[in-house]
Amino acid sequence: MSNIFIWGRKNLYPTTGQGIISIAIVSLVGLVLWNFLPWSIFNAVWVADNSDVCRQAGGACWAFIWEKLYFILFGFYPAEERWRAWLVLALFLGGILYSGRSKSWTLSLIVVWLGLVVSMMLLLNGTLLGLPTVETSYWGGLVLTIILAMTGIIFSYPFGVLLALGRANQRLPVIRGICVSIIEIIRGVPFISLLFMASLMLPLFLPSGFVIPKLVRAIVAVIIFSGCYLAETVRGGLAAVSRGQYEAAQSLGLSYWKTMGLVILPQALSKVIQPTVGSFISLFIDTTLVVIISMYDLLGAARAAASDSAWLGFAREAYVFLALIYFAFCYTLSKYSRRLEKDILTKKVH
Amino acid sequence: MDKKAYIIKIEQLNKWFDDFHVLIDINLNVSSGEILVICGPSGSGKSTLIRCMNNLEVYQKGSLIVDGIYVGDNLKDIQKIRTEVGMVFQHFNLFPHLTVLDNLTLGPRWTKNIPLKEAKDMAMHYLEKVKIPEKFNSYPGQLSGGQQQRVAIARSLCMRPKIILFDEPTSALDPEMVKEVLDVMIDLAKEGMTMLVVSHEMGFAKQVAHRVMFMDQGQIIEQNRPEEFFNNPKEERTKLFLSQII
Repeated sequence: MSNIFIWGRKNLYPTTGQGIISIAIVSLVGLVLWNFLPWSIFNAVWVADNSDVCRQAGGACWAFIWEKLYFILFGFYPAEERWRAWLVLALFLGGILYSGRSKSWTLSLIVVWLGLVVSMMLLLNGTLLGLPTVETSYWGGLVLTIILAMTGIIFSYPFGVLLALGRANQRLPVIRGICVSIIEIIRGVPFISLLFMASLMLPLFLPSGFVIPKLVRAIVAVIIFSGCYLAETVRGGLAAVSRGQYEAAQSLGLSYWKTMGLVILPQALSKVIQPTVGSFISLFIDTTLVVIISMYDLLGAARAAASDSAWLGFAREAYVFLALIYFAFCYTLSKYSRRLEKDILTKKVH
Repeated sequence: MDKKAYIIKIEQLNKWFDDFHVLIDINLNVSSGEILVICGPSGSGKSTLIRCMNNLEVYQKGSLIVDGIYVGDNLKDIQKIRTEVGMVFQHFNLFPHLTVLDNLTLGPRWTKNIPLKEAKDMAMHYLEKVKIPEKFNSYPGQLSGGQQQRVAIARSLCMRPKIILFDEPTSALDPEMVKEVLDVMIDLAKEGMTMLVVSHEMGFAKQVAHRVMFMDQGQIIEQNRPEEFFNNPKEERTKLFLSQII
């Protein structure tokens, strides 16, 4: 007991000023929990056949999440083909577990994820595997979010690196100019407008009968948008590599691409791991905006579930559940990046 | 001396950094196997001159021929020259993300397509030569300055160069580490390597150089055999410079 008292005195009340701030914060957190805990846990309904039970209890209705779980995870994906979507989730988790081992941190990891996302898409579509075809418009929920985020990350990264290299290239002013224009134009436009362009305007410019699925258009928008932000991050990393490194590589007779690929990029990219993963996290969160071009990703599916007339009024539960899922993903990514950076740093500290 | 034996031929070379005329009408021939030490005050253009020889700097007028290849705009030629001309930098410029061994094998593997096994054997051979074979698996950041510079010398040796350019190889080192680097350079000199050394290490110059050259304000002021250069300098600027550094 006295230990707790000493700890509290030292950490919460070292001086009167800081003590007052501590008391204010602790009481605020307490107040929030005082209201949140009874709703979310003590009075919550975990299992129910219909919404009436929930309405009488007055607490959170987790039975609603349970009832709508498949819809939130898979959207309108046909029920009899759901095993494929489960398999996709399993592949995704497997990929995460595989990437977690520090042994896997090599370039081949990109190939692994590329393979994973391709097999996921083949599996979901099914045609090439001899399974019943499921059009991309039926893909939804968490699975759709994962597909959007993964393809976005895998393709926007190399795209961003190429843009950054183009921008940093002093010897080819035309390419440099093109890259600068792309980066500045895209960065000057909100993501929503880019999505609208991809979903509404692009089909107008294409010959009639030539249809690109909405999913692909959304993915391209994500890649271009995120790639331009990544390009600026990578540019920072390139600028942090000293001139002497370029000169040493060149004096060995290495060509431009070998200099970049073997000497400059490995250093530049590892200097900006944290901001890069920051970009990935915002990409992941930005994918929720595909809702506005009526695609049912995780957020879209949850909102649609909450507007079911049999279960009206449980939007809060849906959003809390969503927040947990998004938080789990983003927190994992951020933790992962910190480990990656620490591993790289400890390898060659002075 | 027979003109064919010149491995570097420079005629009327001029270079500007914007308005600043860094190299003025440089004429210089270097024979194969020669050891040339270039000294001069900072800003005299001595580093710029040797950096022109592997095209790290571009010159605007005159001609520069290295081992029979004209140093100009042709990218292929320049890459060829760079594989034949090694360079050792003031700040070592080892690749910090690679181990010592990988630093050494990178060039041979990616510019000459030498198989990994062979490149590794060669790297170990040259690490023995610069007397740190035990550090093959370390990262540059774990080595002292003197060790890093010796690795850098080994890295350029792995390219089996015909010429090595040294750009102030000891001026970034702590005094106690200068000797270990100079010893390696002296060994190389004795083996007949063609070396162009920008340095103020007059002891080194006296011991192994065939010729010492003094530059000031972008021009070659004086050049001579070391004993003549040090004991009997002709130009006032050379005398002044020598009185300041010795």
